[in-house]
Amino acid sequence: MGIEGIGARVVRKEDKRFITGLGRYVDDMVVPGMKHAIFVRSPYAHAAIKKIDTEAAMAMPGVIGVLTGAQLKDDGIGNLICGWMINSKDGTPMKMGAWSALATDRVRYVGEAVAVVVAETRGQARDAAEAVEIAYEEMPAVTDAVKALEKGAPQLHPEAENNLIYDWEIGEASAVDQALDGAAHVTRMKLVNNRLVPNAMEPRAALGHYDKAEDHFTLWTTSQNPHVARLVMSAFYNVAPENKLRVIAPDVGGGFGSKIYVYPEEIICLWASKRTGVPVKWVADRTESFLTDAHGRDHVTEVSLGFDRDNRIVGLKVDTIANFGGYMSLFSSAVPTYLYATLLSGQYVIPKIHCNVRAVYTNTTPVDAYRGAGRPEATYVLERVVETAARELGVSPAELRRKNFIREFPYQTPVIMNYDAGDYEASLDAAMREANYAGFPTRRDEAKKRGKLRGIGMSCYIEACGIAPSQAVGSLGAGVGLWESAEVRVNAAGTIEVLTGSHSHGQGHETTFAQVVASRFGVPLEQVSIVHGDTDKVQMGMGTYGSRSGAVGASAIVKALDKVEAKAKKIAAHLLEADESDIVIENGEAKVAGTDRTLPWFQVALAAYTAHNLPEGMEPGLKEGAFYDPTNFTFPAGCYIAEVEVDPETGHTEIVQFVAADDFGNIINPLIVEGQVHGGLAQGIGQALLEGCHYDPTSGQLVTASYMDYTMPRAGDLPSFQVSTTNTPCPGNPLGVKGCGEAGAIGSPPAIINAITDAIGNNDLSMPATPQKVWAAMKASQ
Amino acid sequence: MHQTTYHRASSLSEAVKLLNDADDGKYVAGGQTLIPTMKQRLAAPSDLVDLRHIADLKGIEISGDKVKIGAAATHAEVAEDKALAKACPAISHLATHIGDPHVRHMGTIGGSIANNDPAADYPAALLALNATVHTNKREISADDFFVDLFETALEDDEIITAVSFTLPEKAGYAKFPNPASRYALTGVFVAKRADGVRAAVTGAGENGVFRADPIEQALASSFDASALDGITIPADSLMTDIHASAEYRANLVAVMAKRAVQAANG
Repeated sequence: MGIEGIGARVVRKEDKRFITGLGRYVDDMVVPGMKHAIFVRSPYAHAAIKKIDTEAAMAMPGVIGVLTGAQLKDDGIGNLICGWMINSKDGTPMKMGAWSALATDRVRYVGEAVAVVVAETRGQARDAAEAVEIAYEEMPAVTDAVKALEKGAPQLHPEAENNLIYDWEIGEASAVDQALDGAAHVTRMKLVNNRLVPNAMEPRAALGHYDKAEDHFTLWTTSQNPHVARLVMSAFYNVAPENKLRVIAPDVGGGFGSKIYVYPEEIICLWASKRTGVPVKWVADRTESFLTDAHGRDHVTEVSLGFDRDNRIVGLKVDTIANFGGYMSLFSSAVPTYLYATLLSGQYVIPKIHCNVRAVYTNTTPVDAYRGAGRPEATYVLERVVETAARELGVSPAELRRKNFIREFPYQTPVIMNYDAGDYEASLDAAMREANYAGFPTRRDEAKKRGKLRGIGMSCYIEACGIAPSQAVGSLGAGVGLWESAEVRVNAAGTIEVLTGSHSHGQGHETTFAQVVASRFGVPLEQVSIVHGDTDKVQMGMGTYGSRSGAVGASAIVKALDKVEAKAKKIAAHLLEADESDIVIENGEAKVAGTDRTLPWFQVALAAYTAHNLPEGMEPGLKEGAFYDPTNFTFPAGCYIAEVEVDPETGHTEIVQFVAADDFGNIINPLIVEGQVHGGLAQGIGQALLEGCHYDPTSGQLVTASYMDYTMPRAGDLPSFQVSTTNTPCPGNPLGVKGCGEAGAIGSPPAIINAITDAIGNNDLSMPATPQKVWAAMKASQ
Repeated sequence: MHQTTYHRASSLSEAVKLLNDADDGKYVAGGQTLIPTMKQRLAAPSDLVDLRHIADLKGIEISGDKVKIGAAATHAEVAEDKALAKACPAISHLATHIGDPHVRHMGTIGGSIANNDPAADYPAALLALNATVHTNKREISADDFFVDLFETALEDDEIITAVSFTLPEKAGYAKFPNPASRYALTGVFVAKRADGVRAAVTGAGENGVFRADPIEQALASSFDASALDGITIPADSLMTDIHASAEYRANLVAVMAKRAVQAANG
């Protein structure tokens, strides 16, 4: 592996600028003449807009423009869309209601943008925003998806009768019913997957600049996928054609999915820049982040899991209601369908699976993918019901899982996915060893002496990452292909730039991708630079989400490296007067195998650009591009074991041990992988214990709209994690990698809840398991 | 539209004059509540008169069994005062657990009790310690000072100068923090003297800080946590919000009282 190559624990190159305050984020960007935008937002969850009067605001000091949805429509800017078509089981397409970047006649959630003020300063814009007079006629609101489906519920969109966006299914309902009817035991549960607010450290921001001379737009934005943003704004929103729109996503301070989507604010900053003639910057404050960043999760599910007499699973039936909020966000439709139901087989042989999903409009912030996206919801359903079944059957949760593991690969599940490789027993065994599972009863007894209730819980998760084979997702309704692109540019003196369509907003690509290149040629890490996040620099790209940058993004780099290496070998063979097949490139030089004839790497590069002595007919230069389209998803999997102690007097839960054994395939940088697992676990534990997103059911106000009420995980809430990895290399991509960014958030919530319910002896406990809820559950079971 | 003029007063009389001269002025100390409120545009005073730099409001004095803490003493100063930690560790412990280091280095004891947030820590201490609130006009007993949620006996231009109390035999404070804000979801301060026990509860009462009679009575005969075994606290005048029901708070009052007594007994 070398000290800097693939597999080395290299400290992140990018951290120096981040921890010394030298990162450059959208809010750091300054364009001459730049002015500031503040959005006027709906204070109501559901209301008709009767009148918008901007006259008083226009007269305020420093105001350059006050713009509304009517002007937006006049200029032909299109509605926001959801880019993944899902058909209901009756064959009808999903019912998408219109979403204008600035509301014109109706608002459907608190915080929805209605008008924008552009002024000399942020303060002036804020003052003027308060002077925009909007006459609302408040309407009844509904925030709960189950209630939104009920007869007589407030109706949000004329397009979606009964607020139902789609009623979708996968698998054969009758076959599953039959399997459950014949089962020796069926475990049934109702589970809620709580809504989460993403809370990236950097709030969303946009700076739109229209250059009249060139009739060209530039957008600096907090995006995980600048090329996708450009495509969507060009093809669907009619902001500008792609060749007239440059999108730059510079340093981005965390996304977790919430920065995949194109939001109204980016569109408006670009449009307002043209309308007002000045560059327009908007930076969300934290309240806006709470109210308008796409939320995650929010499922209500009924599940039945059947077993035969030998405790083998015979069938799984799942019925889910997914809350989509007031509008359909960009990828919302795919999350509770193809990113959720297709993972319901978990690590188990389940002969029959049926899942029905109803997606529902409510008067809440739109919901879309959030770290894990569908897979945490699937894992929660399956791992809660499997653990519960073990308790009901009176068998060890570990052994019940072991008995039902998939052991032969490739394995075709009944829900589309074809698992390529895995060894679930290996991660289960590794986790049980690390956790000293067998010693738990002794620890429980010891805790009891201290007055604490100790519990243990596990979760064996699987996820589909490396999103995604374009043809496959296209056949399932995706509006885009999900390949990745890379260009490897060897400079004349041998330094290397890699231009990648992946986008790093915390993942550490500047280090890991450089390690891949350094490994190939044996050049020092500092001679490799990673260029990303700018549509003018990087040829094409689909961005970073779904743990795809290693499996898809780095694979594109490998393909480009293959081409570079092939050409470099031809040049070296020519210069060393050897046969091309005898040339090897390693340790920063090209050499003729079995001889002492060598050529430094930089001389190979120089020769390519001086072009004084190249093989006959060869083009000068050493720069190659590649697109990589995966042939399958990748399937990271693992086993998490949580041990908790509950204070019986207060209901407070302390996680006293957390073991993670993950199979991510080959690993490029173990240090970064551990960091990703730690971050994912913090988010998963946040969901399980702390993060409760609460809407007032009548007014539709987001009650938890600040850190005074929304509990973010703090370091003190988390134990020192014991993380390790097992490895079955992914056969589907050249590096054998699977992806590690989401696993922690996917696998940990059920492990925590399984542990708490084990401790308190009451299985009726929902997330987040706050002290009050745990206390109430203990009280109820007394 | 939301311009504010900041004044730094160097004496009490100057502070009073600055406020009286202002259109719609407000005193500010650490600003830990007022400044966020202004940022959210829920308050827009024309003038802010900063009290933190008035020499008369500074300092922590202990003489004999009397303790006097200047109103402008920050939580960090109270937490770190070695003599106070020896004389009354419970109040040092309380100050150590207010907010985070940033809050503790800005927020003041005077500001905290003047704001009388129903989940703040100091009101419980003052009420249990039977403290006296000194102002530029008079002395007010803690019993009379805390009136209702965010409401005190203070007049508009009245400035808290100090709080004082006589050292108890024993005192202890235990709080169960709100998981999000880390304010007290319920906090109980107990103080034992020869003439009895006072137990004050913050974070739980519908009308702010209050004395818990059942706890005081139970502890009067035996100042031991076991004296509170099986005690039930009525939930009827306790708060219910998204973080805790009145029933849960009632339970926490009893549990925190026990832990406060344990802390007091060391």
